[in-house]
Amino acid sequence: MSEILRVENLKKSYDGFVAVNGVSFGVAKGELKALIGPNGAGKSTCFNMLTGQHRPTEGEVFLDGENITGRKTRDVWRKGVGRTFQITGTYQSMTVIENVQMALMSHHRKLFSMMPRAWKLYRDEAFEFLDTVAMADQADRPCSVLAYGDLKRLELAIALTHRPRLLLMDEPTAGMAPSARIELMQLVADIVKDQGVSVLFTEHDMDVVFAHAHHIMVLNRGELIADGSVTEVRNNPQVQEVYLGGGTLFKEEDAHA
Amino acid sequence: MAFFFAQLLTGLANASSLFLVASGLSLIFGVTRIVNFAHGSFYMLGAFIGVTLMEVLPGHFGFWGSILLTGLAVGLIGAIVEIVVLRPIYRAPELFQLVATFGVILVIQDLTLMIWGAEDRLGPRAPGLRGIWRIFGEPVPKYDIVLIAMTPFILFGLWYLITRTRLGVLVRAATQDREMVGALGVNQAWLFTGVFALGSALAGWGGALQLPKGGADLLMDFNIIGTIFVIVVIGGMGSLPGAFIAAVLISVLNVLGVTYLPSSTLVLMFVVMAVVLIIRPYGLLGREEVAGEHGQVGAPETPIRPYGRLGQAVIAGLLVLMALLPLVADQFLLILTIDMIVFALFAASLHFILGTGGLVSFGHAAFFGGGAYAAALLVYHFDTPMEIAFLFAPLAAGLLALGIGWFCIRLTGVYFAMLTLAFSQLVWSLAYQWRAVTRGDDGLISIWPTDWLSGTVPYYYFTLILGVGGILFLRHVIHAPFGYALRAGRDSPRQAEAMGIDVKRIQFAAFALAGVMAGLAGGMFVFSKGSVFPTELEIAASFDALIVVFLGGVKTLAGGVVGAGFMTVVEDWLTRLEYWRLLLGLVIIAVVIIAPEGIVGSIRSAWARYRGTGDEEVAK
Ligand SMILES: Nc1ncnc2c1ncn2[C@@H]1O[C@H](COP(=O)(O)OP(=O)(O)O)[C@@H](O)[C@H]1O
Ligand SMILES: [Mg+2]
Repeated sequence: MSEILRVENLKKSYDGFVAVNGVSFGVAKGELKALIGPNGAGKSTCFNMLTGQHRPTEGEVFLDGENITGRKTRDVWRKGVGRTFQITGTYQSMTVIENVQMALMSHHRKLFSMMPRAWKLYRDEAFEFLDTVAMADQADRPCSVLAYGDLKRLELAIALTHRPRLLLMDEPTAGMAPSARIELMQLVADIVKDQGVSVLFTEHDMDVVFAHAHHIMVLNRGELIADGSVTEVRNNPQVQEVYLGGGTLFKEEDAHA
Repeated sequence: MAFFFAQLLTGLANASSLFLVASGLSLIFGVTRIVNFAHGSFYMLGAFIGVTLMEVLPGHFGFWGSILLTGLAVGLIGAIVEIVVLRPIYRAPELFQLVATFGVILVIQDLTLMIWGAEDRLGPRAPGLRGIWRIFGEPVPKYDIVLIAMTPFILFGLWYLITRTRLGVLVRAATQDREMVGALGVNQAWLFTGVFALGSALAGWGGALQLPKGGADLLMDFNIIGTIFVIVVIGGMGSLPGAFIAAVLISVLNVLGVTYLPSSTLVLMFVVMAVVLIIRPYGLLGREEVAGEHGQVGAPETPIRPYGRLGQAVIAGLLVLMALLPLVADQFLLILTIDMIVFALFAASLHFILGTGGLVSFGHAAFFGGGAYAAALLVYHFDTPMEIAFLFAPLAAGLLALGIGWFCIRLTGVYFAMLTLAFSQLVWSLAYQWRAVTRGDDGLISIWPTDWLSGTVPYYYFTLILGVGGILFLRHVIHAPFGYALRAGRDSPRQAEAMGIDVKRIQFAAFALAGVMAGLAGGMFVFSKGSVFPTELEIAASFDALIVVFLGGVKTLAGGVVGAGFMTVVEDWLTRLEYWRLLLGLVIIAVVIIAPEGIVGSIRSAWARYRGTGDEEVAK
């Protein structure tokens, strides 16, 4: 299987503090891969370098063989990389469906269009995406009143609108009830299967990770200490030390730090 | 060389008072995030109270004692203003407080006029420091030397306060992370009041200290405020050392400017500010303002909707009424309505960039006045027919907006506001000083419309069609994908970029469109008045539009329009009274406190509550 994403020796330092230190890995096409690690390990920082929010101090990122290191966020998106954030950033002044329509307008390159009524554009298409994440019944609610878990699902719908090749999800289930987590990740797993999207996600809940991830990577203090199948990673002594030995098997309380 | 050195000393002496005032503004902003336009008023109060006290208290002790007491008195006034006016509105949208502080300016102006009268006061000389010392043969006032000697102590005192005391710890914590204050177990309301009082006291001390060099007059508040903002912005918002460096820089520059480039000091100052902000967007020692991860501050807006049947019927009814107005109205009412429409379009164009785009521009008058001047210049110098000259108003304003926007759009928040202000001052100074072309403050006159539009009634219809058309067009754009993209960039720039939206480019285009519309209003304005003066480009003109938009309500375009109508009528009515500023100020403050969503916003909320639907909420 060929790789959709290849990362070589990625490094990020803030005034001497190294948040991510020489990380290399790949994500295969059609794979659901987890990136785990304690808080502050550098997971979000990693994601931010992949999607252009931050420029890597060193290293390179390849999307399906094309070097996209340091490209702007919006260019990376146009190349078919979707992204959800640890802290959601949906448009508060729009309705649920308008949030999806906004992404569709961007996808169809209608951003500078001044004539059509935006709320009429791509409404049916947007409905379908909302349906995928079981949010269709809330389509016309203002985004500002959504429950946290619903926001996360909305974000997922938004990230799917341009039919990404690769989807990066930063703690997609943080703040959700355990049953809802499994459900959401099941949804993601289905999408991976149906649409052939590759997914890289970070997650604190080990049940979710072990239940759905095809492969797992473990990041600790900015360094990748394991990358392999679920069983390999489970049985890796170094990982056990970080997680079990250190006693910091992830707790939900940490997730927002 | 000696002369130059003496000039430098004068600059340094001026800097001490400026630094005091600027550090007060900087502190207030850092902690409360309030852009306090009334800061100049506290400075003015300091001067007047200082003069009065010095008349009563004699001798050395009296002089310095008066200065000390003045600061305390002004600090007390500041505390009262904060508690009465600002405390109720901290939850209002960001920069909304600005309008309230503008109301405070007006109130203080008239109160000062009532108490001290219209005459300028000469400041008393400082006892024992009346003469001069000769330095390299050049005369330097003794008081200047004392001021220069005092400045390091002031700086040290403030530094000590901020870095070594508990109050300072709180202030720094609040400046860096607002949520932390709550965690420190401090009553935030009183911290804000305390800081506001301290900042006001600093302004009061600044006003009293400069008395022997200047005096007290009723224009001091506006004269100082531009300079102070420039200093704070150049130094970096919230940075005391930055304010100090900038105060010295600007004071020296001013002194040299007066000598070598007389009557261009204002321009010079704003040019320096523009250059600094272009090179260092957050000022010399300022820190980048990290936009919150959560997007907008304050209560989220409700989604916009096209007008329903009822709304459309009301709008149509209003338009019919306006179309029929010439049948019943006299000349005066028609002209008032023309003013209102012109102002409404101007306000709507500002609303577009401010409300929908989230970019608070302090210099929007540059495009209104710029458009007016563009048309007027063509008519005045080339006898261009009105039909053609008029087209140049929106065109030139749009080009101007492209130019200014190119520099400003990269900034956000207060820095964006200040850079737009700086550029509008540049445009103003061109109109004011390039007399050969613009005739300076004599203005351009005899700019009348073509024959077929020369009557009041035809011109009324001309304005009605273009003005209402412009406003409806803006409304249409807000509901189009472009308007949505603009709002997306405002709500959450990060999310917008992560869905392929080039936020800055959208904002740039929106800024230009707002400029075009303001220019259109300017064109309508100049041919209705037959003249244009630099006042149309002044800071006050930009603020008028800002106030109107905030008063009407930022959240809907109708806000700007209603605000403009409200303001035109209220001003027309109030200016006939003697103390109209006081009344206008009180009206503004009252609206801000009672209806923090603006007039339209509050009506909408009330309507929603009355209907019981609200904008939500389906039972879960
Ligand atoms: N802008 C920044 N400046 C300085 N340090 C940062 C910055 N962003 C993140 N860090 C640091 O980098 C480390 C990794 O953070 P992050 O990637 O958010 O971790 P994770 O997502 O794994 O919890 C943390 O120690 C954090 O404090
Ligand atoms: Mg993280």
